[in-house]
Amino acid sequence: MTNLQMWTYAVVGATFALYIFIAIKARASTTGEFYVAGKGVHPVLNGMATGADWMSAASFISMAGLIAFKGYDASVYLMGWTGGYCLLAMLLAPYLRKYGKFTVPEFIGDRFYSQTARVVAVICLIVASLTYVIGQMKGIGVAFSRFLEIPFNYGLFLGMGIVFIYAVLGGMKGVTYTQIAQYCVLIFAYTVPAIFISLQLTGVALPQLGLGSMMSDGSGMFLLEKMDKTLVDLGFAAYTTQKGSTLNMFLLTMSLMIGTAGLPHVITRFFTVPKVRDARATAGWSLVFIAILYTTAPGVGAMARLNLINTIQADSIAPDTSQNLKIDALPAWFTNWEKTGLLKFEDKNGDGRIQYVGKNYKGVDANGNKIENEMIKVDRDIMVLANPEIAQLPNWVIALVAAGGIAAALSTAAGLLLAISSAISHDIVKGIIAKDIDDKTELMAGRIAMACAIVVAGYLGLHPPGFAAQVVALAFGLAASSIFPALMMGIFAKRVNNTGAVLGMLSGLGITLVYIFWFKGWFFIPGTAMAADNASNWILGISPGSFGAVGALINFVVALTVSSFTAPPPEHIQHLVEDIRVPMGSKGAVGH
Amino acid sequence: MNDAQKYWQANIRLVIGCLIVWFTVSFGCGILFVHQLNAITILGGYPLGFWFAQQGSIYTFVALIFFYAWRMGKLDRKFNVHED
Repeated sequence: MTNLQMWTYAVVGATFALYIFIAIKARASTTGEFYVAGKGVHPVLNGMATGADWMSAASFISMAGLIAFKGYDASVYLMGWTGGYCLLAMLLAPYLRKYGKFTVPEFIGDRFYSQTARVVAVICLIVASLTYVIGQMKGIGVAFSRFLEIPFNYGLFLGMGIVFIYAVLGGMKGVTYTQIAQYCVLIFAYTVPAIFISLQLTGVALPQLGLGSMMSDGSGMFLLEKMDKTLVDLGFAAYTTQKGSTLNMFLLTMSLMIGTAGLPHVITRFFTVPKVRDARATAGWSLVFIAILYTTAPGVGAMARLNLINTIQADSIAPDTSQNLKIDALPAWFTNWEKTGLLKFEDKNGDGRIQYVGKNYKGVDANGNKIENEMIKVDRDIMVLANPEIAQLPNWVIALVAAGGIAAALSTAAGLLLAISSAISHDIVKGIIAKDIDDKTELMAGRIAMACAIVVAGYLGLHPPGFAAQVVALAFGLAASSIFPALMMGIFAKRVNNTGAVLGMLSGLGITLVYIFWFKGWFFIPGTAMAADNASNWILGISPGSFGAVGALINFVVALTVSSFTAPPPEHIQHLVEDIRVPMGSKGAVGH
Repeated sequence: MNDAQKYWQANIRLVIGCLIVWFTVSFGCGILFVHQLNAITILGGYPLGFWFAQQGSIYTFVALIFFYAWRMGKLDRKFNVHED
């Protein structure tokens, strides 16, 4: 066993022991504790838990990689995935907490006095959450197989087992306290290597400032200047300038923001605080804890890309390639990632060295042949995980990153599974099928639903449908076009009635789905797309992932128009809306 | 207008004000006017538009939520609709 593997087993093992210890300490004994942790979680702690819940394998592993390769254009994810919290704090969270129920579909069903609305919300919730879980399960598998060098499926089973123990036993209560621990692990794991690398490159410890600082290599250039110059010299697109269309960036940011505010597993977290005013504070604290990672990520992305290029090109930008990485002397991280298939090269010109250039590169080698890019594949997902190895940081830091990635994936998976199981046991079983079951039976139903959801998620993680990469657009599209507008109108537009709300949700959802399927294939079945998925076919250049904002707009317009032509909601519903608008009289730490 | 309506109106005014700032720092400075702002550099080598898109907007969002929560707390007391 190598030194790195020993460190990884030790660090990952210690974190797992901690999670299980917390799970046993915080078992849930009532449905209130199982669904909303008895509504007794302090806002700062709840903010941490929400941060871990929100920051998934995608945030931890993929986002910095996205930034590394897209530069400025990746800002949409940074703004989109944080700006949504403003909408949550001001438009949804305090009011939904005042209403004081357990699930998002329950509010939609009650407010629009319609089982149909509740069922539409449940379906959106389950589809959005399940698609999200697949990615987490895959992330856990990748982290295990790369760092512990055990087969992918064993890693997945181990991950499923851990989630099973603390989510099924503890429900929301167990999940919340475990997520707090997981937040600490993941943020430590993310920031420590970032600080190391920022110090190496710029001499400034904070990556937030390092990104804007002078390079410490004596070149007298700022890091971002150096990035732009290196990338352009090598035939890549410049880092800080815009590549995509402004309209598409605008709509994608908007879709991600309202999608974030409409994702049920995030909203549910706000049901766990004692008071309405705590719901507002929780949103702020959540964003503080999220912002620590999200403002570090741009530095991580830029520095990882620069290190990667410099490692391969050995800082030589001239046609002279004699400094480039030699194929018979590849560093260990390079060969390790090559084994996973996420990194591939081909010595096209047979010079025994690797050339890493962009498609605009015009240079020629010593024999007068055009230099071609020989890094055939650099998967963006390896950037964060390989970053500490590329920068030659100590093994314990690399082990920490593995534990952090697993913590991020586990905490989000648990939150999503909880949202799915409570939708099934509370909205479908208790709400529709068997209305008169008692608390104990419902709790059991919740646990069974959770166990089933874990098995389904594990199966999908082992056999990911071909569309796994596409589904993020779907999850955000669903949340943005159906759930967010319904919730917002439920609170802010007293006049919206059941017909308006249901038609609004269905039309917003329907048009968004059609637009996504049109370019990605019906139900993502390969070969059924109606038009190739590229900018020249998109209506007004709007990508399928950006369409959620348009769907939301359609939802608002249809719901408001239809409601104005049909009877207003009954009096008790209007009183309900008036009641949720004021904090006074919210129920404390009890079930209902 | 009764107190409940006044409270609600003050709330809406506050939310609209906050959302204008929210929109300006992200969609305005980070996307629509990013080219113009990139002519200015801050904190060393950050082009301003780029900084707003990848750093500044996020800091503003955090400040905005706490500001909103603080102002709403005051409104709740003023209209006597606060908890406990």
